[in-house]
Amino acid sequence: MTSMRVVVDLTKCEGYAQCAFLAPEAFRMVGDEALMFDPAPPDELQEKVLRAAAACPVQALQVDMADLPTPPPTATVSADGDDRLRHEGRIVIVGASLAGLKAAEQLRAEGFTGKLTMIGDEPEEPYDRPPLSKQVQTGWAASADTTLPRRRDIAADWKLGVAATGLDLEHNFVTLADGQHVGFDRLLIATGVRARPWFVPEEAGLDGVFTIRTRADATGLRERLLAKPRRVLVIGSGFTGSEMASVCVELGIPVTVAEAGPAPLAGALGGVIGRIAADIMREHGVDLRVNTRVDSLQGEDGRLRRALLSDGTTLDVDVAVVALGGIRNVEWLQGSNLAVGMWGVACDAGCRAFDANGLVTDDVFVAGDVARQPQPMFGYQFLAMEHWGNSVTQAQVAAHNMISGKTDRWPHLEVSAFWSLQFGNNIKSVGVPVIADQIAITQGSVDKRQFVAAYGYKGRVVGAVAWNQGKWLDFYEKLIEQAAPFPPPYDMTNPPADPTPVPAEFPAMTYPGRDATVVVTGHDPSERRATLVRGRR
Amino acid sequence: MTEASLYDQILDFANRANPWPLYEKLRSQPVWQESDGTFVVSTYREIYALMHDPRLSSDMTNLLPQFADRVPPAEGPHSFITTDPPRHDVLRRLAMRQFGPPHRPDLIDKLTPALSAIVAGLIDKIAEKQEVDLVDEVAYPFPVAVICHLLGVPPEDEPKFSAWVNPIVNALARPTPEQAQARDDARQHMSNYMFELAQRRRTEPGDDMISGYVTDDGPDGRLEGGDLFATLMLLLIAGHETTVNLITNGWLTLQRHPDVLERLRTEPRFAIRLVEELLRYEPSVHILPFRTAVADIEIGDTTIRKGHPIAVMLASGNRDPECIPHADRFDPDRADNVHLSFAGGIHYCFGAPLARLEAQIALTQLAKRLHNPRLVADPPPYRPSPVLRGPIHLPIAYESILPS
Repeated sequence: MTSMRVVVDLTKCEGYAQCAFLAPEAFRMVGDEALMFDPAPPDELQEKVLRAAAACPVQALQVDMADLPTPPPTATVSADGDDRLRHEGRIVIVGASLAGLKAAEQLRAEGFTGKLTMIGDEPEEPYDRPPLSKQVQTGWAASADTTLPRRRDIAADWKLGVAATGLDLEHNFVTLADGQHVGFDRLLIATGVRARPWFVPEEAGLDGVFTIRTRADATGLRERLLAKPRRVLVIGSGFTGSEMASVCVELGIPVTVAEAGPAPLAGALGGVIGRIAADIMREHGVDLRVNTRVDSLQGEDGRLRRALLSDGTTLDVDVAVVALGGIRNVEWLQGSNLAVGMWGVACDAGCRAFDANGLVTDDVFVAGDVARQPQPMFGYQFLAMEHWGNSVTQAQVAAHNMISGKTDRWPHLEVSAFWSLQFGNNIKSVGVPVIADQIAITQGSVDKRQFVAAYGYKGRVVGAVAWNQGKWLDFYEKLIEQAAPFPPPYDMTNPPADPTPVPAEFPAMTYPGRDATVVVTGHDPSERRATLVRGRR
Repeated sequence: MTEASLYDQILDFANRANPWPLYEKLRSQPVWQESDGTFVVSTYREIYALMHDPRLSSDMTNLLPQFADRVPPAEGPHSFITTDPPRHDVLRRLAMRQFGPPHRPDLIDKLTPALSAIVAGLIDKIAEKQEVDLVDEVAYPFPVAVICHLLGVPPEDEPKFSAWVNPIVNALARPTPEQAQARDDARQHMSNYMFELAQRRRTEPGDDMISGYVTDDGPDGRLEGGDLFATLMLLLIAGHETTVNLITNGWLTLQRHPDVLERLRTEPRFAIRLVEELLRYEPSVHILPFRTAVADIEIGDTTIRKGHPIAVMLASGNRDPECIPHADRFDPDRADNVHLSFAGGIHYCFGAPLARLEAQIALTQLAKRLHNPRLVADPPPYRPSPVLRGPIHLPIAYESILPS
């Protein structure tokens, strides 16, 4: 008998605290609105957890199917859908994480009764990653306990612990590391990203140097933090790095953050917000070094001992957490002639993959962190949204389109959203701040760390960030959807001291697609074909 | 003279027992402007959006002068329910500090056995009878005992409160001058009483909420003077009036759906989802009557004008078929029940977790212990208020009371 499994969709969560009231052993509020949850509460809490789940005003709390009537399929017979595919087709999902699982559930929910195969290179069933850098490191949850709950029986053939190594689109099969071929009528690519390792392999191999992406990473890091290291060095101060610094502060471990750019979170939220994040870090005693690189990590007897920084200092450290973002898992697709590269797998708004010619495929779909999709609301740019909520909605759209006819396809037009919990602050964002040229505080007080800021691009609202004020973000989501003018020209309650827009201070955008090298052959339009050339990154 | 507007018909007591057909007509247009200047919002999406809109205000000093008579006079400080951020956020946080997470995370959870015991005791008391008013015997005394216990009001003082609370509630929507006077008198009495009680707790604190308010300083400081009294009055009134209606409306609905009542008797944990559906289907609070806007709000093809009164029709939104599948069907198996009964956004009901537990416990025990219950009158007589709507009496008959 396993314990219950729980996950909270923190994209939806608005911090109403109903769960924390009704099942305080399993749900805990941090500050006014941030939530921490136990992903595997013990069985004796089942009644309370079900009470908490039912009470959630935004229905963000998901538990296993236990005690829930299985909802009937919501299948609508599509006018031009392929009934044979729906009932007897073979669907293969490569990537057994959040996006893969959500796609599988959606397929079954829509009445897909054919053969479903789930392929994952990790040996575990799909698990939730956000807790790995939060409650797992503070010891409130074990990394082994973050298995995602099942909303319905997906009746899949699981192939776990075996990576996909190739894709043959002429004969429609996936090759696995053990040599198996798995044939499909529809394929979903949901292989996500892996942590970017430290650049120098010998240094990355030192005992004490960690990345944090998988359960195994999290377990190893947790053990090392428990051993009370002299100091932890966090390399990079995006969301994961900042959350790790926050964890160290909570555990009372001295921590240095080395950030190559001008401020923490500046890549995702810009320099104005970055300076606020920097102030908060320093107020909490973090040794934050901005515009500072780590020149080398040095060890003795294979164990990390020191770090040399570009500011000329040497730090005695026992643990380094490398938080430099991710690398998209696309290597297995080289040779498939899909449009893949370091930018991920390009697809249309309906999640159908593009081949190297830029032609859309009909049977290969993409979802999750690995997908790069045009964003009609944001200048039709192709962007990869590496956010939890994006994985869920994109997987649902991909799954629906996989078994629907062309008149019934859905575009993925969700306004992206993400959250982070650090130093007791609940930071939530909607839209695509990175494309903004300006930012304006619209509500609240920066000094009190309770405010909302809107991001604008050429006079339109394209994003917002809320600092401990998450209940307002629905409003900003609508402004984004409606292409509302920036700055928002309305009086609001709780006006800020200074609403004047200022430059958002994002680092210069890089367009990864420009690094692609394509060779075109043939003369006549009927014979011209593009081939991606693998080469320098 | 033209026919009464839909909103006027809803406020009319004659329609209290069955406002649902009027709500359905109201929803044909998401926002109506009444001839008196009030904007009435009745559809799910528009209500949801408004409750997350920072242009919506709960501070009635933002009403234009010509609407000033529409609200209780602004004498003295306000509680968080009638303020906007940033003041709202501080007042609510101070109030929450003694009630729930993060500072007192398990207060309500730990109360569960006491809640069960209070209900069991109340049902024991009617064991010798075969016909009672469920309001007088259970639905009213239960939440009153609980809120008084939580706040630290001595049980012997409970009856005073009923006499003070009723005039305040009765004057919530468009009071007559007499009703307004009665309301003001009641507020004065209550305020005097709370002042004395707080003084006592300051010198002899217990583990109740009032003691916490007058002795336990958090990062925001302390609830003091008028702020404290405004908060206490709010908690007392809300604690008196809303859960009573939830339990009463709930039992009435169960009697009207015997199959569901039978499931509550036999299926473990059925009450959890049942109460959410009861909240949606027969909510305690039908209307949020006191809202305005600090800027024009374009919504539902209408522009709500800055400074005008806004009435938010929560109960109507709960039955909006555009957003809620088979909205008029009472369906305790409903998945993703996202009703509006506790409002939403920053003013989400402060006491919602307590109300949920109280209703779950009371309805389950009643279902298990009343043998062959039936309604004596259907529909029962209703309270005057269209805002906090529910039966004033719910006479029921039964063969016997089973042991707990």
